[in-house]
Amino acid sequence: MSGLSDQLMVVTILAYLVAMIGYAAELSFGARGMVARTATRVSAAAPGRELVSVGLAAGGADDPGGATVNPAGAASDPGGAASSGVPVVVEGDGGGRAALIGRWAVAVTVVGWCAHLATIVTRGLAAHRVPWGNMYEFVLVVCFVGATAWMVLVARRPMVRPLGLFVTLAIIVLLGLDGMRLYTSAGPLMPALNSYWLKIHVTAASVASGILLIGFVAAVMTLIRIGYDGGRRSFPYTLGARMPDATGLERLTFRVHAFAFPIWTFAIMCGAIWAREAWTQYWSWDPKETWSFIAWVVYAGYLHARATPSVKRTVATWIAVVGWVTMMINLFAINLVVSGLHSYAGVK
Amino acid sequence: MVDIEAPPADRVDDGTFVVPPGGGPGRWVLALARRGWRQLTSMRTALVLLFLLAVAAIPGSVLPQRRVNLEKVTGYLNTHGETGRWLDRCWLFDVFSSPWFSAIYLLLFVSLVGCLVPRLRTHARALVRQPPDAPSRLDRMPVHAVGAPGGDASDDLARLATLLRARRFRVAVRHDTVSAEKGYLKESGNLLFHFALLALLLGVAVSSWYGWHGSRNLVAGPDGAFCNTLPQYDDYGLGARVGAGDLPPFCLQLDRFDAAYHADGQPASFRASMSYTLAAGSGGPTAGRAQVSVNHPLRLAGAGVYLLGHGYAPVIRYTDRYGRAQISVTPFLPSDEQLTSQGVATFPDANVDPATGRRDPNDQVAFSGVYLPTMSSDDPAALSATAGASVYPAERNPRLLLVAYRGNLGMDTGYAQSVYTLDQSQLDSGKLRKVAASKGLAPGETWALPDGSTVQFLGTRPWVTLTVRHDPGERFVFGAAVCLLVGLLLSLSGKRRRIWFRADSGGGGDSGGVRGRPARIEVGGLPRTDYAGFTAEFDEIVQAARDEGILA
Ligand code: HEM
Repeated sequence: MSGLSDQLMVVTILAYLVAMIGYAAELSFGARGMVARTATRVSAAAPGRELVSVGLAAGGADDPGGATVNPAGAASDPGGAASSGVPVVVEGDGGGRAALIGRWAVAVTVVGWCAHLATIVTRGLAAHRVPWGNMYEFVLVVCFVGATAWMVLVARRPMVRPLGLFVTLAIIVLLGLDGMRLYTSAGPLMPALNSYWLKIHVTAASVASGILLIGFVAAVMTLIRIGYDGGRRSFPYTLGARMPDATGLERLTFRVHAFAFPIWTFAIMCGAIWAREAWTQYWSWDPKETWSFIAWVVYAGYLHARATPSVKRTVATWIAVVGWVTMMINLFAINLVVSGLHSYAGVK
Repeated sequence: MVDIEAPPADRVDDGTFVVPPGGGPGRWVLALARRGWRQLTSMRTALVLLFLLAVAAIPGSVLPQRRVNLEKVTGYLNTHGETGRWLDRCWLFDVFSSPWFSAIYLLLFVSLVGCLVPRLRTHARALVRQPPDAPSRLDRMPVHAVGAPGGDASDDLARLATLLRARRFRVAVRHDTVSAEKGYLKESGNLLFHFALLALLLGVAVSSWYGWHGSRNLVAGPDGAFCNTLPQYDDYGLGARVGAGDLPPFCLQLDRFDAAYHADGQPASFRASMSYTLAAGSGGPTAGRAQVSVNHPLRLAGAGVYLLGHGYAPVIRYTDRYGRAQISVTPFLPSDEQLTSQGVATFPDANVDPATGRRDPNDQVAFSGVYLPTMSSDDPAALSATAGASVYPAERNPRLLLVAYRGNLGMDTGYAQSVYTLDQSQLDSGKLRKVAASKGLAPGETWALPDGSTVQFLGTRPWVTLTVRHDPGERFVFGAAVCLLVGLLLSLSGKRRRIWFRADSGGGGDSGGVRGRPARIEVGGLPRTDYAGFTAEFDEIVQAARDEGILA
């Protein structure tokens, strides 16, 4: 079961990779949007083929759930459309080829999400416990929450889809680092972790972190878009051209953070209650507690800055980015470099 | 975002420097102080202080901290010489109780109070007051609608008021307008959140003033029992307002300790069976038994008894040259996950000549030892006094390796001595000399020393590390944290908005319409905080008014 989980992890990353390519394709074809809209049917076949290969790759990743979940059904009819060189569902599509690819990318994200879920479930089955008992599993769950939050967001507001490239990129990087640097074989829990507070505290922490991951992507894109609007044309500001408008992005950034911040607060509180049971004291400034506190203060600073009229929105958004940096330091540097009371890292 | 309600203090972010009229240096000082106070209580300053707080916490996670791990700090100071001493001078090993860290959070909380009090006053006033009258130009509001009156004017306004009240708006009907406001909970929640921060800090202060804690290693058995008094702790901490006599009287004894391990030696569970006696005030002394395990402390007389560590205490019987036997049971400290443990057994009263009854301080005996709960079975011969390491934390193939020393243990120097190591200065000066080294002793095995004395390894007893902690601030902190979270949720989910209706006789900006049938009814809406759904809500209300025939 543990081996299956590891394989599913690879499938997950591959699927997200394919989705990322899809989002990237949407962005780059969208860049020629004006042309694309007036393009002939023949030239339009090119993105069509691209799109089928996207579907194929997802099917080829031999995820059992893939074919059924993929709503557009490319995986169930792989060969035909590609060999004939005819675009699949382009007719009657007002949004153009690029948008179609984008929707495909979302579909592939769903495939990756299913594999991701299966990775976590099989891991839990292998270890006979909740599948977030060490760092490797924690990051796995954080990314899963991030992917879930992303899909909910896209379903509710399709216009944020251009962010997909960066969301999947961030998730792939995290999962990659997780598999390479933090991998721990499935095993039982340390006695200190054997508590129902593990379920409450760590679940809250991973949910908050996963949502903040999306908040981070939104914040970066807001800054890029604002830079682009301000006339900057160097990389990465060029990416801003394809992004939703700055006001909307900025508001989205705030919403996501405002949603995640109370969850993060709750996670820290639960950690304090657990610490009182396990380590005698609700707060003892161990490095992980310290960095959770730092991240909390920085995110509080972001919400604060955004509510302060004399602070520019770009400055506030930068604070959100700094917040994510502190989260990452807490996740990687603190677990790998500094050892504290948390018997969580389990990385040897 | 429209019209964020900034606290009054925020409007002087630039710290405008106004000197009141009149002369004299006193006024300048007053003006400066006023300016400083405004600066301090501005949201910008709060932001800067928040940031400083975050940055100031960083060294506390990078450098070892005395409160977290005293040994690491000592080790750091030993290896880093001058740098270490400099860091220490800057309180960098006590970051969270350092003056500079305290200064930052105290300033922040002063700023908070300075900011909250005026806001509380403003909000309290807003709560008792009626929603403000409509602005003169409703068409300048972010959302705006106009309709013909559907019925009778005075009746119209009353019906609009009912409609808005049903939507839980606070409503005021004036001459020809209806003002409605909703979402006061946002500000209430925000104030609750910030006050809860203050309460939390107070709770932490209560913890540090009135709390106490002590730890010690407790060997199983009645002879190991201890009572809750300071001298019986290996180390302890008392809050500023706690005296030694304030510790509640109770005694604890370890009856039994069970540890379970997985096949690879990873611990699965620890459980200590304890018995206690409690000198309860009313019901007389009570005794009882309890299980203490990781995550399940024992609550006793308002304090928590926590199981934080464990190990083995070898039982060693030494029979000296004169044939007198003594027994030592000393905890050995684990040095790895498989519980390879190190410690000493001292016999300061060894070799007392029974004829004279005199104790020769240079004839004392001590053993330093390494205990392996499970010695690797492949290669027992490889084991000498240069010990190997245990391969499993439970006692499957236990061996004790001893090195015997004779001489002066240095116990009469008056300095406190560690019970886990021999006095290094006595070893260095040659007053305490190594005599012999044993092979691995199995339980029951006896080892004869060159001088004719013998030492027998009788077996081990478990010991546990207990921490007893009383923290009266806990409840306070918990309550504050709950309020904090509730306030945060209210504040972040709340949306303050206003809606006005005006029956307009057609006189443009002049609202003094003629009583009777107005020419039209104007509606304006103002979201006072970021609220994307406001237009939809506004439209829905206008539509409802139309549906009820108030607007045509
Ligand atoms: C002690 C550290 C502080 C922390 C951790 C903190 C945290 C926060 C957070 C997270 C928010 C946004 C969530 C909410 O609206 O409730 C907020 C809002 C606010 N804070 Fe603070 N704060 C602190 C100190 C202060 C101080 C010193 C002031 C005044 C100078 C202040 C004034 C405000 C105001 C006016 C808002 C509401 C802005 C709005 O939504 O209109 N806070 N604070």
